[in-house]
Amino acid sequence: MSLLTTLARLEAVRSGHAEPLATVRHRHLAEQPLVLIPLATAGETGAPLAVMLGRDRERPTLLTLPQPLDRTRRFVLLAELATELLPYLESFGADVEVLTRETKDAETGEPTEVTRELCLDAPQVIVPNRGGIELLGLLGRSTRFRRTAEDPDPGPYPAPPRVPLLGRWLTHLRDRAQVPGSSLLLAMTDLLGRHWATGQSTLEDQHLGALLAWLDPPAGLTGAEAALRAETARDPNGQLLCPPAGPSTDPHFDSTLLAPAITRYDAARQLSDPAATAAREQDIHRLLEGLLLPVWEQLWRGVDLLRALPEAAHVPERWTGDRWSYTAHRDRLAAGEPPQPVQDDAVTAARKLAQREREQTTVGVQEALDDPLAMAEHRLAGEALAGVVVGVELEYDTSRKTAKPRPLVTIRTADRLHADPGQELHRAGGPKPQKAELVAVGPAGSHQPLRSPSEPAGVAGTVTVRLLNGMGRKKEPDPGTVPAPGDQVCFTTFELTARQSAPLPEPEDTPWTHGGPPRASLPASEPASTSAPASEPEEEADR
Amino acid sequence: MSPLSPAPSGADGPGAEADRAVAAILDATLHGSERGTVVDSPPGAGKSTLVVRAARELVGSGEQLMIVAQTNSQVDDLVDRLATADPGLTVGRLHGSDAAPDPMALRHPNVLPSTKASELLEQSVVVSTAAKWQWVKGVDPWRHAIVDEAYQMRSDALLAVARLFDRALFVGDPGQLDPFTIVGTDQWAGLSYDPSSSAVVTLLAHNPRIVPHRLPVSWRLPASAAPLVSAAFYPYAPFRSGTGPGDRRLELPTAGDGSAADRVIDIAADTGWGLLELPARHTVRTDPEAVHAVARVVRRLLDRRGTCVSERGESPLTADRIAVGTAHRDQAASVRAALTGLGVPVGGADGVTVDTANRLQGREYDVTVVLHPLSGRPDATAFHLETGRLCVLASRHRHACIVVARAGIAELLDEHPSTEPVRLGVTVKFPDGWEANHAVLAHLSEHRVRG
Repeated sequence: MSLLTTLARLEAVRSGHAEPLATVRHRHLAEQPLVLIPLATAGETGAPLAVMLGRDRERPTLLTLPQPLDRTRRFVLLAELATELLPYLESFGADVEVLTRETKDAETGEPTEVTRELCLDAPQVIVPNRGGIELLGLLGRSTRFRRTAEDPDPGPYPAPPRVPLLGRWLTHLRDRAQVPGSSLLLAMTDLLGRHWATGQSTLEDQHLGALLAWLDPPAGLTGAEAALRAETARDPNGQLLCPPAGPSTDPHFDSTLLAPAITRYDAARQLSDPAATAAREQDIHRLLEGLLLPVWEQLWRGVDLLRALPEAAHVPERWTGDRWSYTAHRDRLAAGEPPQPVQDDAVTAARKLAQREREQTTVGVQEALDDPLAMAEHRLAGEALAGVVVGVELEYDTSRKTAKPRPLVTIRTADRLHADPGQELHRAGGPKPQKAELVAVGPAGSHQPLRSPSEPAGVAGTVTVRLLNGMGRKKEPDPGTVPAPGDQVCFTTFELTARQSAPLPEPEDTPWTHGGPPRASLPASEPASTSAPASEPEEEADR
Repeated sequence: MSPLSPAPSGADGPGAEADRAVAAILDATLHGSERGTVVDSPPGAGKSTLVVRAARELVGSGEQLMIVAQTNSQVDDLVDRLATADPGLTVGRLHGSDAAPDPMALRHPNVLPSTKASELLEQSVVVSTAAKWQWVKGVDPWRHAIVDEAYQMRSDALLAVARLFDRALFVGDPGQLDPFTIVGTDQWAGLSYDPSSSAVVTLLAHNPRIVPHRLPVSWRLPASAAPLVSAAFYPYAPFRSGTGPGDRRLELPTAGDGSAADRVIDIAADTGWGLLELPARHTVRTDPEAVHAVARVVRRLLDRRGTCVSERGESPLTADRIAVGTAHRDQAASVRAALTGLGVPVGGADGVTVDTANRLQGREYDVTVVLHPLSGRPDATAFHLETGRLCVLASRHRHACIVVARAGIAELLDEHPSTEPVRLGVTVKFPDGWEANHAVLAHLSEHRVRG
């Protein structure tokens, strides 16, 4: 946790409500996202109990199981989920833009044009918390390898037809959710936690009800009081007023309401009484509906809060990455590839790690560029400085035939940069990417340790930097490329784009140090081209 | 093995023991049945000397080889050592277009720098970083490679460069910091080729017949430090110091002024260790009082004009022979500023080195001053408990190590037992950071001065 986030949390404790950590929304938010709340059964890993989902706040769809340990019924539920979810997931596959790019033919070296489709939009699924994402991943794992009646060898227990396809989509969504900054599958607690700081720990923030209590406490209550109520207040029957947002349910609910209801259902079924069985099933459905409707409302309140924030400038660029991811998965399904393997092979794992590291760097930099509050964290950490230009001195590099402008820019700032003269800096928010070099740190601008904790930090000093490029080819800098006195400028010690990842071998060329090529060289483990351009980030590691 | 070691004669002396280990390593590298040879080296056990010697032996037997190191400064250092050790050796320094090699490495006539591997194919040895080697293509594989600091190299980097060689000698220190990543890697935990694990772990998992060799003698650590570092960080691979008690001395001509800094310096000069303990308090990372105490100790070390007496002879304790180690970069920046404020030269060839544990890996000084990673913290996270971090900080010195810390670390440790999940298929590393921290702290408490 950064120092600024810690301060914001302390602020929140003092003010009694959540404090903003961002001035803009850093994640894509679809016009009509699909909100989905999965519930799991206690006692069996990955066994669903209920799913509430929908895109219309007023009309949620609820799928429930009267006997969650009945595996035949479980796959009926998953088939219903496939019926609800797949049309939405597949609906973005048809509208595409066609992109062409120049490339060299692999054999002849002749330049050729390659066209690729990119879906114009992609689905977005929002679940309450990270546990929800994990549960969807588990459901994907338990369904994508199932055989159906349509298979040549369906086996003794064929699954309903679209269930394995659902598993492949859930696996893909969950995998994409591991990529920093991605927005195909999001947890509401992460979304809210990125944009606001509460006065409780990040662990406590995983409780959606408590988190929302800090964001929007009822009149007369502080965030802490409202959060405590959300976590612990119970009705006269001992049931939580604010049920947990899944995937686990309250044990007290399980033992006093759910378990007896299931027992009654089992008894009715044992007596082969269809009317009573249906009635008992309906009881369980209503019971779970009562549990999930408050959570449903919380999720949409979260969506409202996020929608009130203006979208950050780089969000569409990152959403394009999600669109590539979606398109690539669509293409693999269309090509009839087998399901994603249980374990990545060595090369695929390394590619995914490289992609995630690159995206982590990218999202960090882009958030800083888009949001002064995000940049403030870097300024406080001594990785960036912002200030007002107080002097510009036009100097030249005369070492070569034509003199090149190398202007000195002096900035008044209270920021303390952790850098020594000679260090490379990068100009943020300029007209184009520019490198600079730290020349001198004036009095009080250097990083002086505080003599005592009570001493104020922000004593303005001056910092002088030399711009090194991005000023055109002429002797005089192009207009607008050099800041003028009075301008606000920002320089960072970190680069403003992520470095390209080094190429990795193809899986069939896995070296002896990593066990050689994977034994089952399934077509699925064939990677896409490694020479993917940066605009198609999905090609490298999207499996 | 090290010509500087005053190796006692006889088959049981440290010099003879080290020589036997090196002979076995060279034999396995040149003639072994396995494609890989792994050497575990404790701090200061002559790893670089071994690399240079192995390179010369390989070239001497008519081979060409490539060397993979992890950072540009490691590469420059190796190039310098190779070219110095053998002026007949032709050394290629492969480098990136935005990372010019150190002039120290290029001052030799037998060193050729280039950004293209294809221009260095005539050289008997080509040295570069793993990051640069990953981009090399269109060349025939080398028959031999040496991978230096292999425990700091990530498995995915080895995956990208392994196509460039047939056989390799992997040399590294298993006790130092593990490679790290900024993103979650749980999904690969337990896989033999987890891309975020160290290159050696992956190599050994896939080549179970490789038995790591071990260098048994630390030539850097004094007799006062080797037993502690060995017991605390290498419980199953013990090593000894190349020098005996009293062979290394830090002599201070003037008496101390009675201040806490001077008293801890006196203790450290006597015993090789010192703990300057400040009152317990929760602080920000750049704890101003602790930072100032570190700077004070360095200032007094220089003021008192000590002399380091060792098997190399006598040399004055100058700023360039002192290092300050911290856990975080902002702490290092604060210490640098505080030292500058006290008029102590910082950085460069003549100044005090102030850096994080990550950057101090593989370096050696006469005296180190360490800001304890857990000082002033309200919690003990996995980062701060990492065994390698403390190991690096406690094993950079030839004479003495002074630790500055707030009181209460033992209690903090007891309140934060290790909670990292145990995962199937992941080799558990011993000791864990919690235990190593306690071991070091227990030892330091015998050399304590309250500030």
